[in-house]
Amino acid sequence: MDSWRGNLRVFWTLFTPGTFWLLIFFIIPLAWMFGISFSEKTSITETEFTGTLANYIRSFDAIYLQIIWKSIWISVLATVFCLLLAYPIAFGICFVPVRWKPLLLLLVILPFWINLLIRTYALIAVFRSQGYLNLVLGWVGLGPFEMLYNDGAVIMGLVYVYMPFMVLPLYATIERLDRSYLEASLDLGGSQFQTFWKVTLPLTMPGIITGIILVFIPCLGSFLTPDMLGGANAIMIGNVIERQFKSANDWPFGSALSFLLMYVTFAALALRAYLAARSKGVDV
Amino acid sequence: MAEPIIALRNVTKTFPGGVKAVDDVSFDIDQNEFFALLGPSGCGKTTLLRMISGLETPTSGQIIIGGEDMALTPPNKRPTNMVFQSYAVFPHMTVADNVAYGLKVTGVPTEETKRRVAEALDMVKLTHLAARKPDQMSGGQRQRVALARALVKRPKVLLLDEPLSALDAKLRDEMRLELTRLQENVGITFIIVTHDQDEALSMASRIAVMDKGAVQQIATPSELYEQPTSRFIADFIGKVNLINATVVSSTPKKLVCDARGLGRIELPHDGRAAGDIAIAVRPEKLKITDTQPKAAKKISTEGKVRDVAYYGDTSHVVVRCKDDLELSVNVQNDSRVGGSGVERGQKVWIHWAPEDTLVLTE
Amino acid sequence: MAETLKPGSGPLDYGNRLWLKILFVAIFIALYAPIATLIAFSFNTDKRGVVWRGFTWDNYEKAWNNVALQEALLNSLTIAFIATIIATIIGAMAALFLWRFRFPFKPAYEGVMALPIVIPEICMGVSLLLFFIYTGMMGWSVGMPWPLNLINIIIAHVAFCFPFVAVVVRSRLVGFNRQLEEASKDLGASEWQTFWNVILPFMMPGLVAGALLAFTLSLDDFVITFFTSGPETVTFPVKVYSLVRRGVSPEINAASTVLIVITVIATIIAMKLQAPQKTGEG
Repeated sequence: MDSWRGNLRVFWTLFTPGTFWLLIFFIIPLAWMFGISFSEKTSITETEFTGTLANYIRSFDAIYLQIIWKSIWISVLATVFCLLLAYPIAFGICFVPVRWKPLLLLLVILPFWINLLIRTYALIAVFRSQGYLNLVLGWVGLGPFEMLYNDGAVIMGLVYVYMPFMVLPLYATIERLDRSYLEASLDLGGSQFQTFWKVTLPLTMPGIITGIILVFIPCLGSFLTPDMLGGANAIMIGNVIERQFKSANDWPFGSALSFLLMYVTFAALALRAYLAARSKGVDV
Repeated sequence: MAEPIIALRNVTKTFPGGVKAVDDVSFDIDQNEFFALLGPSGCGKTTLLRMISGLETPTSGQIIIGGEDMALTPPNKRPTNMVFQSYAVFPHMTVADNVAYGLKVTGVPTEETKRRVAEALDMVKLTHLAARKPDQMSGGQRQRVALARALVKRPKVLLLDEPLSALDAKLRDEMRLELTRLQENVGITFIIVTHDQDEALSMASRIAVMDKGAVQQIATPSELYEQPTSRFIADFIGKVNLINATVVSSTPKKLVCDARGLGRIELPHDGRAAGDIAIAVRPEKLKITDTQPKAAKKISTEGKVRDVAYYGDTSHVVVRCKDDLELSVNVQNDSRVGGSGVERGQKVWIHWAPEDTLVLTE
Repeated sequence: MAETLKPGSGPLDYGNRLWLKILFVAIFIALYAPIATLIAFSFNTDKRGVVWRGFTWDNYEKAWNNVALQEALLNSLTIAFIATIIATIIGAMAALFLWRFRFPFKPAYEGVMALPIVIPEICMGVSLLLFFIYTGMMGWSVGMPWPLNLINIIIAHVAFCFPFVAVVVRSRLVGFNRQLEEASKDLGASEWQTFWNVILPFMMPGLVAGALLAFTLSLDDFVITFFTSGPETVTFPVKVYSLVRRGVSPEINAASTVLIVITVIATIIAMKLQAPQKTGEG
């Protein structure tokens, strides 16, 4: 790597475009929003900076606090289900014959490339009260059940949508894991279960942590999935933020909520960095 | 006679896709042997070792360990332990935890575990590093951890997969001595897999040479070197001059043949031979002289020195003889001045005793 | 205990285990059944959509003749196309910059560069909404002729796409052998010639992968577009969103199927394009 002083012309040419775009269309909007989060609403489209903390204090009203908590535990549950489903899949793909791996990986990743909205729409068609699942259940004399517009539907939707984010880091970590560690454990008398619990799991922890973060953050900030699958019954922070901008027109409060959401995100990232630093020796 | 600790009976392993890695192998390994599986890469030696450990299962055949057929027993239920080629020392555990692992998972009481771990660490001289993590250790130290971790289980058989291949040359020599010493001390059977003939010859009490999934010869190191049974073994173990020959007549004690570049020669030989054979002679058994040797009993030929390579203690001389026959000769450099005493292009005579010649019919 | 292994199968050959096969089948059915039904029912003659009444192309015809959908799809493709070009150029330059130079506060710079990837989309969406409103760009762009009225959305898409491109291209550059560059200069090439003849060809697979990623991200984006688009500029996902709110219809199925086919084909082409080049370099 060269020092930046070494070739100033090339340095500035490469430095400017990305930095410009990032500064004008990312940093400044965020900074602006940060300022608005300390402002007061003066009319429908105007705000005045007063340095007030009222918007943040309002976020801790019982009603909003409840929504924040709900968002967190819905995201936690969705993340846990993702992990429980994705680990065996990722593990399995690593141990199938080599010629099957690309196909199986493609099958896992392909839904990720399909539009989020379309995938959510497909779920609605399956689970709504006149949906295909209820139709099938009707044949055996069950239902119809109302499966949409509750927390369970949101969790299921989030798991469905974010599963690839969990499978990929897990796959990458397990694939890199030297098989001889597992063999050594078995050879030394460990059962399959002990080997998994004491060797495989600790050694794949970096992948697990990455997967958890990759799923948890978008779940927490999700807006479309709870909007479409949860309806009025399963509102998450994202929906409250959207309302402040699209219908309630309370920009300062919406800005404050957005920043709270970002703080939680940063906390999650910091936790990951801390755990990664601590388990340094493990990431072989 | 004591019953063998390991008996392989018609062991065959076919991988998916039809490759026969091990093909109908049968032999016994006795108690307290230091046994080596030697062969070029891909000969099936590692697969055989892994089948003994239980990390692979044979497609057919029996693997009898301590009198019991364990061909399909999982590795955690076998009285064997392995030192892996990559050592496979668990990176998330300290040295002591690594060594204790095999005892903990099989429910050995804590007190006994502690005592045995301390003993094992002492045995490999790692007591002072017990609290270290493996990433702070050298390759040699990690290998000692792997050794202690396997030996602490007191297995009936210790399996070592290319244990020295990842070490540098100097450490390898040290470890070689240490492994032999350790085997004598603990008194259990060691089975080592290696592609390095020096390793096998210097450490093992018996060696099985494998090629293409089959065992070619099982013998002590010196038998293997001096009495190989096939061209493959003669060529694989040490350096050798292989010369094609055609049998003229064969009696139970004597063989007369026409050898390429040597003409008609007489060799002592037990048993019959006919048709095309090979005769082999080790480079160190050949002598170089300026003039034709007087002794009539010797096999001799005239040639021109093509190449001299100096190795310090010896020089390797290549001599081109009649019929384009090229012979390698090892010359001891026993005086400081003059080296091997031959130069490229020089005309020389080569001779050796007929008893030093091997007759290879396979 | 009677625990034994199957002949020829090791203790770690989980690929042959029945439980794994069952799990694979179950998970893949769960993943694909909704999409498969969506596609299947796009050919259904029944208007309400639940019961299969027969095969038809009618829904496709209807979707095709729906002017609003057409316009939305055209907008989406235009935005994705322009945003991809800009994001790929900027992202590639950023990648080269981070790969090539060492400078003060580099870790902090890299952290900021990664922010658009990690922060929740909705935060980025609303902050850009505020920015466009306060700078007057929102009102200004609405009056512009097509495609200039899409400029807000394009700017927003570039902002969240180019860091992805930078990551992909940079991970490609990490594998570059600097001695190739030195060899080129040693043989008399200038800095620019070296870049053009040596570095750029090496970057190409990364650029293609990054560009396709940017294209898909842009085409798929709903949240940020939802906040930054004016009332007149509707993209395909935003249009589908408003249609879905009114209920499920086979017409949406048909339009969605078209988009699924486009993305799947693009993804497979991208993988095919990359595959031989990848193996070529070992």
